Amino acid sequence: MSVVINLLLGLLFGVGLVISGMGNPAKVLNFLDLAGTWDPSLAFVMGGAVVVTFVGYRLAFRRDRPLFDAAFHLPAKKDVDRQLVTGAALFGIGWGLGGFCPGPAFVAIGLAQPGTLVFVPAMLLGMWAARRFAQKLA
Amino acid sequence: MTEFTPLASLIGGALIGLSAVLLMALEGRIAGISGIASRLLPPIDERFAARLAFIVGLVAAPFAVEAVTGEPVLQTVSSNIPLMIAAGFLVGFGAVLGGGCTSGHGVCGLSRLSVRSFVATLTFMATAFVTVFIVRHVIGG
Repeated sequence: MSVVINLLLGLLFGVGLVISGMGNPAKVLNFLDLAGTWDPSLAFVMGGAVVVTFVGYRLAFRRDRPLFDAAFHLPAKKDVDRQLVTGAALFGIGWGLGGFCPGPAFVAIGLAQPGTLVFVPAMLLGMWAARRFAQKLA
Repeated sequence: MTEFTPLASLIGGALIGLSAVLLMALEGRIAGISGIASRLLPPIDERFAARLAFIVGLVAAPFAVEAVTGEPVLQTVSSNIPLMIAAGFLVGFGAVLGGGCTSGHGVCGLSRLSVRSFVATLTFMATAFVTVFIVRHVIGG
C-alpha cells in the first residue's frame, strides 16, 4: 500500500516539477540571474507550492495522526546551528552551478543528458559523504 | 532567455504542494527529496521500498507528461562535465549536512513555519544568487 502511495505521490510531485518548468535547469539558472536574463517563474512555483502546503498541512494536522501511520514524523531539531547554515550555503552554490536541486535531477534522469547522468551519481556520493561527516561530528 | 510562465509555474507548484500535503496526511512524512534519496543509501531500513517508489515516480514523470501532451519535455542541461560533477557533489553534500533542500526546507519547512527552514532557505537562495552572478557576470562577463 505504502509503495503504491509513494509511487503515485512521486509521480505527482514530478509532474508538478515538469509543468512548472523547474525541471529545466536553464529556467532555474535564469531565475537566479537577477542581473541578467531574469525569469521570475520560479517564484510562482515556490508560491503555489507553499500556499497549498501551508493550508493542506493545517487540514492534515487537525487529525492527531496520519491516515496510514501511528504518528506524524516531523523533524525534532529546532536550533539553528553551524551545520545547517554551512550545508545550506554549499547546497546553494551547487544549485547555482548546475541549476539542479535533487527533485529535478531525478526527474531529468530519463531524459539522459550527459550533464544529468554525471550530476546524479555525484549528488548521491555527496549525500553519502555528508552522512559520514555528520556522524563524525556527532 | 527562457519564457516567463507564471500560470504553468503556479499550477506546477500547486501540484508539488498537493503531493507534499498528501504524503503528510496519508503517511505522516515530509516530502523532502534529499531526505528520501539519501535514506536509500545503506543502512537500509523498512521504508526503503516506499522511498524507492517515490523516486521511481519522479523519474517516470516526464514520460507521463509526454504521453499525455504528446510533446517532448524540453530542457537545457550544461554539458560541462567537471562542473556538473562538482555541482552534484555540492548539492548532495550540502542538502544532507543542512538537513534538507528546496523541497524539505523550501516547501515543507516554510509551510510548517520552521525557523531552521527559513534560515536554510534564505541561505541557499543567497549563495545560489551569488554563484550565478559570479559565473555569468564576473567570470563569464
